Amino acid sequence: MAVSSVTTNERAPLLEVRDLVKHFPLRRGMLANLAGDSEAVHAVNGVSFSVRRGGSIGLAGESGCGKSTTAKMLLRLFEPTSGQIIFDGQDIVTLKGADLKAFRRRAQLMFQNPYESFSPRFTIFRSLVEPLLIHGVKDADERTRRVWQALNDVNLQPAESFFQKFPHQLSGGQLQRVVLARSLVLEPEFLAADEPVSMLDVSVRAGILNTMKEQAAQRNLTTVYISHDLSLIQYLCETTAIMYLGQIVEMGPTAGVINEPQHPYTKALISTIPIPEPERKKTTIPIEGGVPSAISLPSGCTFHPRCPFAMDICERKVPPPLDLGQGRTVRCFLYGGKNEADEVGKNAAAA
Amino acid sequence: MARATTSSELIPVIPETQGGSGLGRLARSSVDILKRDRFALAGVIIYLVIILVAILAPVIAPYDPHAVLTRNGAWLTNQNPNGTFLLGTTNVARDIFSQLVYGARPALLVGFSAAFFVALIGTVIGLIAGYFGGIIDTLLMRLTDIAFGIPFIPFVIVLVAFLGPSIWNVVLAMALLLWRDTARVIRSQVLTLRSRTFVQAARISGASSWRIMFLYIAPNILPLSMLYGTLAIGWAILTEASVSFLGFGDPKVVSWGFMLQDAYVSQALARGAYFWFIPPGICIMLAVMAGFFIGRGYEELLFPRLRGR
Repeated sequence: MAVSSVTTNERAPLLEVRDLVKHFPLRRGMLANLAGDSEAVHAVNGVSFSVRRGGSIGLAGESGCGKSTTAKMLLRLFEPTSGQIIFDGQDIVTLKGADLKAFRRRAQLMFQNPYESFSPRFTIFRSLVEPLLIHGVKDADERTRRVWQALNDVNLQPAESFFQKFPHQLSGGQLQRVVLARSLVLEPEFLAADEPVSMLDVSVRAGILNTMKEQAAQRNLTTVYISHDLSLIQYLCETTAIMYLGQIVEMGPTAGVINEPQHPYTKALISTIPIPEPERKKTTIPIEGGVPSAISLPSGCTFHPRCPFAMDICERKVPPPLDLGQGRTVRCFLYGGKNEADEVGKNAAAA
Repeated sequence: MARATTSSELIPVIPETQGGSGLGRLARSSVDILKRDRFALAGVIIYLVIILVAILAPVIAPYDPHAVLTRNGAWLTNQNPNGTFLLGTTNVARDIFSQLVYGARPALLVGFSAAFFVALIGTVIGLIAGYFGGIIDTLLMRLTDIAFGIPFIPFVIVLVAFLGPSIWNVVLAMALLLWRDTARVIRSQVLTLRSRTFVQAARISGASSWRIMFLYIAPNILPLSMLYGTLAIGWAILTEASVSFLGFGDPKVVSWGFMLQDAYVSQALARGAYFWFIPPGICIMLAVMAGFFIGRGYEELLFPRLRGR
């Protein structure tokens, strides 16, 4: 902790995730558990990425790919099964008590559903002042000033006219702005947003995304966006990571990943984005079937049952992350890595 | 908690547009229910009358309920209802009407205090079990199972046998056992509330477990606690009456159950002295019924789908 505060290198990652794993054990009979026969939902299976201070990363993928679970682990709503989350040089997975509270002051999360994000019995002011009360901002005027400022910053003006409103009296778009205001009121360094606009009407999405982008830039926030919507990620994030069944299959600078996708899954995903130009020919990459169950994952590369380019090796071995240069990585045997896969296999066997 | 209250003072005074505070809304919808639900209204009126009678007992009752009434040195035993004695007298020359009036006091005392403890203990246990889960939940729920396994009236009788007859032992027995229903229901409600997004948002803000339990979850289960509280009022009055009727009541306190027991052992039934045992019976019935009616109204408030059935 003391060391990291000295090295205020702008390029050093504020957040580094190493091999994050989350398995949700399925509740079964006591006898089955005694027999050691415990099944689990493999929600996240070894996710690693890092974000520089002030940087932004987007996690994209279909529903059930573990992106929300990852976000919730970053904010310690779920305990990871294994792996590390290094925030400003400190592993936050093991934080407790006062240290955890100190971390909560620096890292915030925006939820998907703004209607559900507030206690129905609190006024907007009460909901926004809560974080300040919890973190011991003693001066009442100071608290009021900060709540006012946060509401004003998210373009809810005049801010004081929202103080006495109840959540049910606001529209979804306004409420999501209040959610953003609550995330900002503690002046955090890190903000994760889980599908921040997917519950909202299309007409108000752009406005909110603009506000988020502005605030993130003004406050030099480090951000993680979770979305199934690649256009949102393209707009907000410098880095994009594509997830499939709890793993990052491809990661790199957003423009590269979206314009020149490498992994067959990314290619398929991007080919489904509608292009508003009827003249332009599109090549759709067909993928068969649905997402396999996260309880019994496919062997080898988890994408091989649906992959049009699947080879023998894909069934047997897990492709390691391959460095393609320019900050891009991909997990696919089409680009090599067959020898390294053996080593991964050995390591896994040894572990 | 102390800090939480200060925040309401600093909210700038802005004229309320619509809505109002949570409690205000609850009060307003309660009034709505009373307007629509005649039964709930009847329940409230019955309780108001009982409360009024209990407070004004010395004014309303013409005689001391314990006094032996005499005329020219002769005991006025087993009088039939007349102008002087509205409901006649007992076999030891006490005024039945005065007893009936004073009987409202122990009924309310037992009813409200037992209901308070039942709701309070049940809510706290349900909150803790539901919120923390795991081993704490398991322990508390097995404790609830044990409480469910103990037969209530025999338990009261044993408790009274140990601690001596007093209406407070009925309250104690109810507090010790009857929280079980409340705790179960509150727990299940807490289980669903705990996973709601606004509770997770509070955790992200750094709120402690106790803050989340009492500031975020408790206000949302309060109506449910109130429902079980109102139902417990009737239960408590009935229990006190049962215990008194069985002869384990406090002999110094004139309650409706005590009156029934008194009438029973002096064979009022055989003598056809209906004016002695029917009025306290009706009072017990009205009090229990009123509690039930109010509870039913509250249930509609909680589960609007029940309306109009």
